[in-house]
Amino acid sequence: MAMVDEPLYPIAVLIDELKNDDIQLRLNSIRRLSTIARALGEERTRKELIPFLSENNDDDDEVLLAMAEELGVFIPYVGGVEHAHVLLPPLETLCTVEETCVRDKAVESLCRIGSQMRESDLVDWYIPLVKRLAAGEWFTARVSACGLFHIAYPSAPDILKTELRSIYTQLCQDDMPMVRRSAASNLGKFAATVEPAHLKTDIMSIFEDLTQDDQDSVRLLAVEGCAALGKLLEPQDCVAHILPVIVNFSQDKSWRVRYMVANQLYELCEAVGPEPTRMDLVPAYVRLLRDNEAEVRIAAAGKVTKFCRILNPELAIQHILPCVKELSSDSSQHVRSALASVIMGMAPVLGKDATIEQLLPIFLSLLKDEFPDVRLNIISKLDQVNQVIGIDLLSQSLLPAIVELAEDRHWRVRLAIIEYIPLLASQLGVGFFDDKLGALCMQWLQDKVYSIRDAAANNLKRLAEEFGPEWAMQHIIPQVLEMINNPHYLYRMTILRAISLLAPVMGSEITCSRLLPVVINASKDRVPNIKFNVAKVLQSLIPIVDQSMVEKTIRPCLVELTEDPDVDVRFFATQAIQSIDHVMMSS
Amino acid sequence: MDNGGGSSEAAAQPLEWKFSQVFGERTAGEEVQEVDIISAIEFDKSGDHLATGDRGGRVVLFERTDTRDNGGQRRDLEMMDYSMSRHPEFRYKTEFQSHEPEFDYLKSLEIEEKINKIRWCQSANSALYLLSTNDKTIKLWKVQEKKVKKVFDWNVHPEKAAGNGPIFGSHVSAIPKSYMANGGCGERNFGCASNDSSFPPGGVSSLRLPVVTSQETNLVAGCRRIYAHAHDYHINSISNNSDGETFISADDLRINLWNLEISNQSFNIVDVKPANMEDLTEVITSAEFHPTHCNMLAYSSSKGSIRLIDMRQSALCDTHSKLFEEQEAPGTRSFFTEIIASISDIKFARNGRHILSRDYMTLKLWDINMDSGPVATFQVHEHLRPKLCDLYENDSIFDKFECCLSGDGGRVATGSYSNLFRVFGCSEGSAESTTLEASKNPMRRQVQTPSRPSRPLGSLSGVVRRGADNSALDANGNAFDFSMKLLHLAWHPSENSIACAASNSLYMYYA
Repeated sequence: MAMVDEPLYPIAVLIDELKNDDIQLRLNSIRRLSTIARALGEERTRKELIPFLSENNDDDDEVLLAMAEELGVFIPYVGGVEHAHVLLPPLETLCTVEETCVRDKAVESLCRIGSQMRESDLVDWYIPLVKRLAAGEWFTARVSACGLFHIAYPSAPDILKTELRSIYTQLCQDDMPMVRRSAASNLGKFAATVEPAHLKTDIMSIFEDLTQDDQDSVRLLAVEGCAALGKLLEPQDCVAHILPVIVNFSQDKSWRVRYMVANQLYELCEAVGPEPTRMDLVPAYVRLLRDNEAEVRIAAAGKVTKFCRILNPELAIQHILPCVKELSSDSSQHVRSALASVIMGMAPVLGKDATIEQLLPIFLSLLKDEFPDVRLNIISKLDQVNQVIGIDLLSQSLLPAIVELAEDRHWRVRLAIIEYIPLLASQLGVGFFDDKLGALCMQWLQDKVYSIRDAAANNLKRLAEEFGPEWAMQHIIPQVLEMINNPHYLYRMTILRAISLLAPVMGSEITCSRLLPVVINASKDRVPNIKFNVAKVLQSLIPIVDQSMVEKTIRPCLVELTEDPDVDVRFFATQAIQSIDHVMMSS
Repeated sequence: MDNGGGSSEAAAQPLEWKFSQVFGERTAGEEVQEVDIISAIEFDKSGDHLATGDRGGRVVLFERTDTRDNGGQRRDLEMMDYSMSRHPEFRYKTEFQSHEPEFDYLKSLEIEEKINKIRWCQSANSALYLLSTNDKTIKLWKVQEKKVKKVFDWNVHPEKAAGNGPIFGSHVSAIPKSYMANGGCGERNFGCASNDSSFPPGGVSSLRLPVVTSQETNLVAGCRRIYAHAHDYHINSISNNSDGETFISADDLRINLWNLEISNQSFNIVDVKPANMEDLTEVITSAEFHPTHCNMLAYSSSKGSIRLIDMRQSALCDTHSKLFEEQEAPGTRSFFTEIIASISDIKFARNGRHILSRDYMTLKLWDINMDSGPVATFQVHEHLRPKLCDLYENDSIFDKFECCLSGDGGRVATGSYSNLFRVFGCSEGSAESTTLEASKNPMRRQVQTPSRPSRPLGSLSGVVRRGADNSALDANGNAFDFSMKLLHLAWHPSENSIACAASNSLYMYYA
């Protein structure tokens, strides 16, 4: 029933705006369809609102998308599941629009509604809808139909089940590749609802047709079906029916199909079991790792760790590791890069001995790769190796690699390595860090590129957090404060930024004794940009230092700045003073 | 060797071409506006629609009328003596501005709005979809009939809703006025009080949904997607894949692969740009997907070669799987050899077996299973050979003539100067060679078909077959007019009907 306490005027506006010329207003109304429905009550929602929506479906895609989404959760507003079927007609029309995202949403909503509907209603309303869509004149309807079978099928009586299976078979042979693609990608879901007896006959023959489709785009979706179907079949059936398909796919003429296999092969191993994996899938995977097409090798290399995890170590060492060695000097930098991003994960699988003996040389060669992304990928996963072999073995090669990246001529590379410095610091420990990397961190503060200087300042803060204020007091603060005398104002500004970041970590005492004087001093700078940044930094220090200090040191300095000839300096100084006053009032 | 169903007796019989229709005909002495010159023609797959693009960035759509029996244009019917014609007839459907002139501020370059190519896409519902491109930007258009809506029964005073409608503003804003005049008596509107604060007079039950009525429909073209910023050079071709989800765009040096639904990324599949631009000797002139094999595409080059690519083999298709080019006869090389060898257009036959190519002098038909040479060569401009110097001087030698095949693959056609176009039979035993003029009297300049014996297809490659001598035209004193060039034409996919563009006019012929 309508809620009495709902004010009616806004609802009236909302209803009117369903047909407003402004798309934003229509969108807003559709998003609040439930509010309108509650006001109208269940019966009027069923008899007026839903038919109204069914008739007015030639709107902008954005509005249709919103409508498709809202209708998916509309069952309570039409009077519960016994009336759920009234929601089907508007969604049915939305299933036929040409914009894919609207159709997908409509199918999703139909699935949601269908899964709540009573069995008899499914037979009376839902299955006829699926059949209508599957026989639709335009391919869009047929594409949508494919995604509804898994909801419709379980509650269908036997005779309808047979019909639904044969309709699905037809959809898999549709003239339009779009329909076949949709049938292929929904096959797994549908198959999960089909009885085992029919699975082995009907579904498998559908599947076999799809695996031989002329269109590459259909076959590569059938690859995904392998894993889904494999899980449904008994292991021996899987070996008999799915395995040959996978092996065929791994040698498909189209690199895009092989690429899909490379991406998914490890999932298929679980479905077929250990013995066929060893006999057939390991050789298939080795072929993919040595594929002619770099894209396929990239996909295969990216899964090397996942694949090795499901093999026993001997198999991995015997068959996969030699390929990994080859890939580490692959002609494509992207292959090496993909390998570098996962190879660290192999260490725990192979165990310490094999890692040191076989994997370590590969790490080291990748760490010296000419392509910075490869080196970065290795460094980013350093914690994983550290757990297995310890940092000592690596550190000798690590340092040159880090230094080289730190000085790379591409600033994005420098930026990336700065991001990893705190991780490295935690892995390498204070001692190593002090000796080798401390100087680098200071050097970045004077980089030519702003983003690097900014990241460097942030990095100091994270290091201070990692190693504590005492360490920072010794190894960071003196060096940083020294740089405030740099003749270039941009570098002085970086120091101010670093101070504002470090202050919260260092605490009140150090801030007052060491940092604040430097900032106050900088307020005498001749460059206005420095001065208004001083004002900003001072404002940020207010919560950190105690109030007497604020009054004694910060306020006088700010007052002086409010009389500055530069308008920006005056503005930020005034703002900072207001902030002091605000803190005083609230305390 | 079968030529795809076109080798029947009927195909061997030369067609008699008749004038069907003209759109945008010029009156005597009328000056043609540059922006009105047609720059692209394309039939859709069914042949029920025809699109043209012009230099002003507009796309004009025509729809077939004879299949739906709309009575046809009376004038056209009267012009022809019989009214029982079942040849395709078209009528103007709609037009829209596809591209606007732009300026690339980074490169200080003007980007013309001229439509270089139009390709139809698969219809997903009753709306029409097509891709159009200028030099840099490809756009996907949807043309559909939209209902002109009238909304009644507002709950609240609708004044604020009035007048902010972008498209149908005039219709909608007209409603409140009439509604106000009606004073709610006609529509039985409870919420009609002119004072907002008095709402609601009747509680919940007074809430009503707007009533929408619509009688008329309106054709509306909407741009669905814009595929931009992927080409450094000028786009010369776009082509849809048979998978219905991807298409390619080709410029002078690169071919990119797009997904129709994704406009912010494309994949470069062919790149012929040399490391050093001074080493550049060859550019891409045209590219097309195979009509049924999703993995095959062909592109032509300025050196007169056609490369067939298998996209299954690798992600970057810089190495071709097949190369079609004709060895030049020794001793014939001249300054112009390379220029006139440049292929201006290629088209796959519907069956996918043959490729038709057009260079400056000839039309060539290639069998994709035979890379030693063309299966047939048709001389189009041989009579211009002595004039190449002049043609070079006035840049005509760089004109890019398009070519087309009939739906059954039995005939080919291409354009020429003086608004002439030529149709050749290419099925076995056919000696058909017709010259037609894009005017209401196409056969006016008909030359008698040379009755030289022709060889069956494929028996000997590279044989100059016929039509080699067109000097009759010159002997007649009909000097070629190089400003009247017929560059663009298209063959109806299922009927013997040709649409061709003579500057701003679209002429249609049937046989």
